[in-house]
Amino acid sequence: MFYRETGQFKTNYSDDRAIFPIAQDRYGIMILLAIAFFVIPFTVDDYWGNAIFLPLLIYALIAMGLNVLVGYCGQISLGTAAFMAVGSYASFKLMTSFPGLDFSIVVLMSGLITAVVGSLFGLPSLRIKGFYLAVATLAAQFFIIWLVNKVEWFYNYSATGQINAPERTALMFPVTGPNAPILYKYFFCLIIVVLAALVTKNIVRGRIGRQWMAIRDMDIAAELIGVRPLTTKLSAFAVSSFLIGMGGALYFGVWLGAAEPTEAFGIDQSFLILFMIIVGGLGTILGSFLGAAFLWLFPIAFKNFMVDGLGLSTAMSEHLQIILMGGLIIFFLIVEPHGLARLWQITKEKLRIWPFPH
Amino acid sequence: MSVEFGFFLETVISGLMAGVMYALVALGFVLIFKASGIFNFAQGVMCLFAALTFVGVQEKFGLPAWLALPAAVGVMILLAWLIERLVLRHLVNQDPIILFMATIGLAYVLEGLGDLMWGSDVKLLDIGLPQGASDYMLDNFNLYVEKLEVVAAVIASILVAALAVFFQKTRVGRALRAVADDHQAALSVGISLNTIWVIVWSVAGIVALVAGIMWGSKSGVQFSLSLIALKALPVLILGGFTSIPGAIVGGLIIGVGEKVAEVYMGPFVGGAVENWFAYMLALAFLLVRPQGLFGEKIIERV
Amino acid sequence: MTFQANVSDAMSDATSNAATGPASAKEPEMMLAVEHVSLSFGGVKAITDISFDIHKGEIRAIIGPNGAGKTSMLNVINGFYHPQEGTIYWQGKVRRRMKPHEAAKSGIARTFQNVALFKGMSTLDNVMTGRGLKMKSNFFWQCIHKGPALCEENEHRAKVEEIIDFLEIQHIRNKPVGKLPYGLQKRVELARALAMEPDLLLLDEPMAGMNLEEKEDMSRFIIETNQRYGTTIALIEHDMGVVMDLSDRVVVLDYGKKIGDGPPAEVQANQEVIDAYLGVSH
Repeated sequence: MFYRETGQFKTNYSDDRAIFPIAQDRYGIMILLAIAFFVIPFTVDDYWGNAIFLPLLIYALIAMGLNVLVGYCGQISLGTAAFMAVGSYASFKLMTSFPGLDFSIVVLMSGLITAVVGSLFGLPSLRIKGFYLAVATLAAQFFIIWLVNKVEWFYNYSATGQINAPERTALMFPVTGPNAPILYKYFFCLIIVVLAALVTKNIVRGRIGRQWMAIRDMDIAAELIGVRPLTTKLSAFAVSSFLIGMGGALYFGVWLGAAEPTEAFGIDQSFLILFMIIVGGLGTILGSFLGAAFLWLFPIAFKNFMVDGLGLSTAMSEHLQIILMGGLIIFFLIVEPHGLARLWQITKEKLRIWPFPH
Repeated sequence: MSVEFGFFLETVISGLMAGVMYALVALGFVLIFKASGIFNFAQGVMCLFAALTFVGVQEKFGLPAWLALPAAVGVMILLAWLIERLVLRHLVNQDPIILFMATIGLAYVLEGLGDLMWGSDVKLLDIGLPQGASDYMLDNFNLYVEKLEVVAAVIASILVAALAVFFQKTRVGRALRAVADDHQAALSVGISLNTIWVIVWSVAGIVALVAGIMWGSKSGVQFSLSLIALKALPVLILGGFTSIPGAIVGGLIIGVGEKVAEVYMGPFVGGAVENWFAYMLALAFLLVRPQGLFGEKIIERV
Repeated sequence: MTFQANVSDAMSDATSNAATGPASAKEPEMMLAVEHVSLSFGGVKAITDISFDIHKGEIRAIIGPNGAGKTSMLNVINGFYHPQEGTIYWQGKVRRRMKPHEAAKSGIARTFQNVALFKGMSTLDNVMTGRGLKMKSNFFWQCIHKGPALCEENEHRAKVEEIIDFLEIQHIRNKPVGKLPYGLQKRVELARALAMEPDLLLLDEPMAGMNLEEKEDMSRFIIETNQRYGTTIALIEHDMGVVMDLSDRVVVLDYGKKIGDGPPAEVQANQEVIDAYLGVSH
């Protein structure tokens, strides 16, 4: 009833291809952003910030990165966690080598470094496709983790092999280290994620995005109408790794504060993020956020319910959680392979014509 | 024969034996890929699950090993039936990538299920396979070979021969190959896809059981088993997804390659080369020959 | 600028194009020529020593029984296959071995026997993808989607809307192409190829699997494309009626060899061609 686009005329192409062409959607996202910027930061405590909002934002950013590669360009990757590791270690080295560097610069540069590494591992995609490529990305996963584990330079020769985030500021506000207030951390991540989402959306709705999708849907036809496979695939790898690398820098620098390679960047992380974009919706920006929210919040809620509600043991609830997670993936693939984003879209379609069925 | 050469030989043999194990896991992948075009990521976890079940029924119900084996086979067949019922049936005609991701989901379910049913502690698996070293005198060098690995190699060869006969000579085998080529065409000549899938997943499950028991006897039944099984992926790349001989040769190459790399390259770079060597080898190989060792050259058509 | 004004602007632009287009040229000017081209896969010979040419502005049909090597010929022309022997002349010059996207850049567009649309995208995006080669704005502007990137996007959108109007597919503009009926998919594919503003348009069985009405529509679009934009067209088609009506000249292939070449009437009377179609033993 409230969701009608009647009376909203578009008189030029720019309006027609806006990110939110329908006025109600625009109001909706504004309200959401207003809450994110003006309500959450001033009501959030340490627990909610660290356990819910920070990981949510960071995972959304990383999922968005993977979605560029898998959802938009159709190149499967099982090596996400390795690229997160590249971002994390890049930020660690930058922070410790240049103590005066603003953390926002550190995050950007970590993204760039990861983009270079990602493109390097993307090179095989020019010759190999599909599952073969998926296995090739496993090479990145195992090799990079091994490398940061073995080469002491990466963790500054520390005895534990761990990396710890020193205290750094972004525009004078402390955002890393154990003493940084959650408020600043939250704002910092929020701003980066919102900007990244905007830029990514801009890329995917323009020429580059269309070429990615062309390669995804029918690579031969794409090439025959003049899409260069080399630049197109590599640009997808680069943009994807850039986002994942920034996510990795935030993941380690702002959220975790300390990381140990095999635990923080194991192959399970790669799968978790792959699951996020499957559940959220391949090839949508919104889906990355929905998927990250779902797969981060669901296990927490589930665990709370199982352990506190039903009094099961933690181990038991963990096993159940793994089963449920796998089951959910299968469920989503069967019922709605396009994920939560499509469900949301269908809901909107239904709302538009409500109360009529067609 | 010099000591150095003997040592090298020993490394190669131990690599070959590990390769046989990889080949066993890879075989399961190939079976399912051939018959349904599904890249079954869960094959590794199926090994773990099968081995856990095998040990579990012995521990929990006190069954002797000779009874536990058919019990575990039964569970694997039941599992195949369930997978077909609950998952595959609903995903007919979906993109291969969707099916692939579904098998990742399956891997999680099986992992959780295995832990839930049989507990997640490391289990010893002993079914009286010969253990320990065997010494063969080759010239003046004591060549050290694990008895278990020899047994594994023998069992694997028997299994492969049996599968080859099954695929080439039986009616079911022919149907399997027909399904592999074209689902719809196979349906149209009266082959039941559902039955075929149950059969092929059962066979893959049994192969997984054998592989799981072998790995389990070697290093205990634990979660890392499914990670070892991930090594079967580069094996597949080397051998090509649809070739049984490819899986075997690929397995041997990877097994030998990573052992030799670990022993001769490891000390210079800080060890644990085994973690990634197989993948990098496969990656390098792909760049030269994207279709694998035994795959046919792909002619793209529009 | 309003939506309407934008479109009509582009329309007038197009008509002025057509008036000066090469369709009106009298003496045949060479668009493309293949000379002594042979192509084989392993031991299988797909094309054996074929030579023919395509004049600027004409509609050239390639016909022949199934497996005669027609599609392989198109694949050679747009650089997807590389012949083992022979030379290809493109607009008078010898063409070096090139990749498909380079051929596309030089002005060759193509539709496919089995529809090869980008299934996950809308009709509009499919056609817009065809404009990719003409879009130049750099990565930075793409990221912020303002300034040159936005201008360019709108400019090309206007062009695309013109093609959408021309092919009468306005109503499916925002529909995902995967869900469209076959006939419309073929039309979207033609739109995508036209969006490239090619010099040479290759159509691989544009009317396969269509009913009479759809065939008539498609024929009309092909003729109009040829006349309005002056696009040179090479088409493969099995419907002889359509081929004879549409094309200026016909080349006939059988078993990878050329067995006839000339205006439709001449080819129709050629004994070898008749044999090939009626199936005389070789």
